[in-house]
Amino acid sequence: MSWFTKTVFSTSVGRKVIMALTGLFLCTFLAVHLAGNFQLLHQDGGEAFNLYTKFMTSNPLIKAISYVNFAFILAHVVWGAYITYKNKSARSVGYAVNNPGKTSSFSSRWMGVLGTMILIFLVIHLKDFKMAYLGITKDLPMVTYTLENDEKVIVKDMFSEVNLEFHEPIVVGIYVIGMIALGFHLFHGFQSAFQSLGLRHPKYTPIIKTVGFVFWGLIPFGFAIIPLIIFFR
Amino acid sequence: MSGHMNLTLKVWRQKDAKSTGKLENYEAKDISPDMSFLEMIDVVNESLIKKGVEPIAFDHDCREGICGACSMYINGEAHGPKRAITTCQLHMRSFHDGETITIEPWRANAFPVIKDLVVDRSAFDRIIQAGGYVSVNTGVTIDANSIPIEKEIADDAMDAAACIGCGACVAACKNASATLFLSAKVSQLALLPQGQAERQIRVEAMIDQMEEEGFGNCTNTEACSAVCPKEIGQHHIARMNREFFGAKLSSPKK
Ligand code: HEM
Ligand code: FES
Repeated sequence: MSWFTKTVFSTSVGRKVIMALTGLFLCTFLAVHLAGNFQLLHQDGGEAFNLYTKFMTSNPLIKAISYVNFAFILAHVVWGAYITYKNKSARSVGYAVNNPGKTSSFSSRWMGVLGTMILIFLVIHLKDFKMAYLGITKDLPMVTYTLENDEKVIVKDMFSEVNLEFHEPIVVGIYVIGMIALGFHLFHGFQSAFQSLGLRHPKYTPIIKTVGFVFWGLIPFGFAIIPLIIFFR
Repeated sequence: MSGHMNLTLKVWRQKDAKSTGKLENYEAKDISPDMSFLEMIDVVNESLIKKGVEPIAFDHDCREGICGACSMYINGEAHGPKRAITTCQLHMRSFHDGETITIEPWRANAFPVIKDLVVDRSAFDRIIQAGGYVSVNTGVTIDANSIPIEKEIADDAMDAAACIGCGACVAACKNASATLFLSAKVSQLALLPQGQAERQIRVEAMIDQMEEEGFGNCTNTEACSAVCPKEIGQHHIARMNREFFGAKLSSPKK
């Protein structure tokens, strides 16, 4: 094995770098994804959202980033599973009485379970929307929009599909639960990633904590509120 | 006697490393709240000896919080319910009359139980042997303060050097990770001029040794610092991580 693979596979600190870098990349992805999702709230019959969807699925740069994104999700899951397995096997006999709640946060102790909930959510999410958009599970109708420069574009009507799904109580429920899991995952995960990377200092750790609130609080809230607004609208 | 307490102890009893152990119940009668936790066990052991029962084996030495021997997981917490102390510094006034107290050994595959509450912590010694030292050629003794070190840096190094190797960090960590222990030594020596020569090979060798001993990965739950009798902070782990990345990118070792 080269020094690099040895570092990221067989040392605890190296493994955590993979978790931290993939995790933080996924965080930036979340921010961009949410900004896009807000197009759903325009009361324009879906024009803004459909044009945005077209852009996100055809722009070569965005497409390239989306492949990186899938690879990173996979790496994050594989490394996360390996770390969790390693850590479980470091203590075969547990305590008869244990009080971990007095010394560590709930989120930090349940990262593996929270991550698995997010993974299940992701599978459902991709099946519902990505596969529908790609024409695998559904044949979406086309719509034509006239742009400001009088150019006409024909795009898939993803909005009506999302709109339909977000009127299903079960789908909305799964979304809200998925986002609660994400919030807890990032409550620990976001700031933990900086610690894993060795970035801790009285100068900037307070900023990491503040920005962390955006990621564990505001962003999951934003994702969850959109299906709720559409459902009750 | 007024103010004295009667307690029920549930203690892990295990004949030797190969046997499977179990929790046994014992009565601790007429315990003074001024006793230390270890003195309470001494009293219980006296009564066990009188009854012809094998006394409870436990590690202890200094009984003043500096040797780190007294490893006990008490009511689900390393060194019991109080913070910044070892078991020998815990007093019975922290418990109440009639209470049931569960006492278990440190649990980690890297710390196998030898007998009852005594675990083998030589994995820590091997980690220190791997790199937690400075090599100094002997010669004339140099004056203690001949190397100037900034006060803040000396203080930070001293805080890290306060580690007594008790293993509470491993015991409390959900991953049985030795990262805080390791980071204390790496951080201390990285801060001081004496530690510079072996700075890079040290961190690599110690982290490799931790892996070999079967300790888990740090997931930053921070339980270790919470239970540390010397309150060694998380910033030492961050510093160790930085040391490690620096070493991986530039150490002479391939
Ligand atoms: C959008 C989705 C996700 C984001 C933004 C995310 C983000 C993060 C971040 C920032 C960390 C902290 C890394 C560190 O402590 O260095 C982390 C840790 C972790 N993630 Fe995720 N994650 C996501 C999805 C998942 C999924 C799907 C799984 C697994 C099935 C998962 C499993 C884990 C585990 C087990 C850890 C703990 C590892 C550790 O603390 O060492 N995550 N995640
Ligand atoms: S016996 Fe030495 S620290 Fe407790």
